[in-house]
Amino acid sequence: MTIADTATPPTAAAGKTSGGGGLGRYILVRFLLIIPTVFILVTLVFFLMRVVGDPISASVGGRLTPDQLNARLAEAGYDRPVLVQYFEYIGQIFTGDFGRTLTDNREISEILVTYGTGTLELVLYSLVVALVVGIPLGRFAAYRRDQIPDALLRIFAILCYATPVFFAALLLKLVFSVWLGWFPLGGRASTSTQLVLDRISGSTGINIIDALRTGRWDLISDVLAHAVLPAVALGLLTAGVFLRLVRTNLIGTLSMDYVDAARSRGVREGRLLRKHAYKPALIPIITVMGMQIALMLGGAILTETAFGWRGLGFQLAQYLGARDFVAVQGIVALLAVIVALTNFAVDVLAALIDPRVRY
Amino acid sequence: MSVPTDANSTVPEPVEGSVAEADPLVTGEARQREPRWKRLPVIWQLRRSTGLQRGMLIAGMVLCAVFLIAAVFAPLIAPYGFNQLSDAGGNFPRQGAPSAQFWWGTTVGGYDVFSRVVWGAQTAVLTVVLAVALSIFLGIALGLVSGYLGGWLDRILVTIADAIYAFPSLLLAIVVSIMISGGESGFISGILAAAISITVVFVPQYFRVVRAETVRLKAEPFVESARVLGASTPRILSRHVLRNATRSLPLIITLNASEAILTLAGLGFLGFGINPTAASEWGYDLNRAISDVAGGIWWTGVFPGAAIVLLVLGITLVGESLNDLSDPRLRIRRRPKRVPRRTATAMKGAA
Repeated sequence: MTIADTATPPTAAAGKTSGGGGLGRYILVRFLLIIPTVFILVTLVFFLMRVVGDPISASVGGRLTPDQLNARLAEAGYDRPVLVQYFEYIGQIFTGDFGRTLTDNREISEILVTYGTGTLELVLYSLVVALVVGIPLGRFAAYRRDQIPDALLRIFAILCYATPVFFAALLLKLVFSVWLGWFPLGGRASTSTQLVLDRISGSTGINIIDALRTGRWDLISDVLAHAVLPAVALGLLTAGVFLRLVRTNLIGTLSMDYVDAARSRGVREGRLLRKHAYKPALIPIITVMGMQIALMLGGAILTETAFGWRGLGFQLAQYLGARDFVAVQGIVALLAVIVALTNFAVDVLAALIDPRVRY
Repeated sequence: MSVPTDANSTVPEPVEGSVAEADPLVTGEARQREPRWKRLPVIWQLRRSTGLQRGMLIAGMVLCAVFLIAAVFAPLIAPYGFNQLSDAGGNFPRQGAPSAQFWWGTTVGGYDVFSRVVWGAQTAVLTVVLAVALSIFLGIALGLVSGYLGGWLDRILVTIADAIYAFPSLLLAIVVSIMISGGESGFISGILAAAISITVVFVPQYFRVVRAETVRLKAEPFVESARVLGASTPRILSRHVLRNATRSLPLIITLNASEAILTLAGLGFLGFGINPTAASEWGYDLNRAISDVAGGIWWTGVFPGAAIVLLVLGITLVGESLNDLSDPRLRIRRRPKRVPRRTATAMKGAA
């Protein structure tokens, strides 16, 4: 956790070393850095997955005779040297073709379109939870620093980190679905609601937007009720990080000279905290958010599995269970691209807000 | 740890044991300093801590000790084996509620929950120790070489480490675990697979820290003078750079140990951990428990989950305290001099 507090994103640091120039140059250099990142990850994943052997033997090997297996291997091109396969794979990825799944023969990019919206929705909800919980509590902890509320909040933040999302999911389900009966046990929406939403013309796949477009309260409330527990489970993980970050930064800005100057002019402590020190303390959150997105995607896999939330992570777990390693490789490669792009977006955002980042 | 030695800490302490026990080469110095065991990482900080910080450190150490004891003495503590389904009295009930015979109930598969939680401590501790040891070894070796030699090797290693660092660690661990075991494995191979998966994720972190320190130390006069004296590169690295570049590691180790437990549990939850008949693993048990919840069966999930939380909490508390104590701005002084209250709070505020 302290690592998350102190470390700067490696990519931003690499951007800094590349020397002067304005915002445009920074964005360009930062954009070009995406290419080696994605390339390295895709290469790493490819060779790691190929060390064990070919994916066809892994998934259906036991059920075929050696002759049938060889025929399948030749058909899919897995009998060629690994390096040839590698260069072909890299070529495909550059054209946006991530391959097809073995078990149900679907395009990997199609899976992204179908299930990616679910993950996007979940991550956005949890980000809202994390911000709504983390920032005010962090402010409160800074306000009462070294007092009992501060100590309690510190333990709360450690607990947020120490609880695996799937255990948080289990507890939330137990208390709020089974014992209290307030929220549904899992899924993105009730079956009837999902049927209605899927039939809307021009369905976005993002349930809440579709539900809002119908304007029917029963649909909207159903979608929201399903989202609460998964969002809290995943959001609390990040809320702890935000809490600590806001607290540390706020205490840091409170000791700056300009705050001292305001204090000496007779501005009250409470107003200093709210008006003078608060906004500068929020900037690092944007930087850290980039690193949090990687963490959240990992957490999303577990949350989606725990809640039966049909997103990319849920689907990935299904393919893992079916030993469909082509699908796994494809989804992981795709996620690498997404992570690299979001990190880029976050870094650009940080540079737009805080000129010191650009160098 | 990088605790700056101030005047208070060098006050001579009564030396424990005979002088003969002390290292003959450093006896002259050792008489002035405290005995070696008192200068070991965690003990050193414990003796310097006070108040809330001491409470946190002790609470964390107690939690860790409980799990260590459970791990070492699992065969004695656990009433049943982790894959035992019956005893002289017949088959165990399935999803049986906590009772005198099964303190924490039984799982859907008919295992005793208490026994599996205790045995799970053994799996967790073994995996974490192995993972941390492997990543420290690899991370330090790569960091030292890369930082000291520099050049194209350095550039390549840094780029790779950065790429891995930015990627969701759980995904990477999944891929590596597929590579090693094809997804299923027995006790030793399962623990090895999990440990190596975690290692791949952590090596970049150690690498970054050690490399940065090495680059800084390379320019220090004492390294330069060693080079002038004709010391070989391996000798400079092992004798002069290594000991100085690894001072901040105890903190990272505790942070990583807690992350390793979470990664192991995450792998187990997704069904990529250790085969349930080969060892007990908390994440796998939680996976099976999550469907029990719908029927109001709480004991199969709450206990292994609480075990994860408490162990991670214990390790994190130790790590946090070490961090605070190593930072003079955060450390609460043992016997502070009388200072005006306002100044004292301002000093803490600087943290």
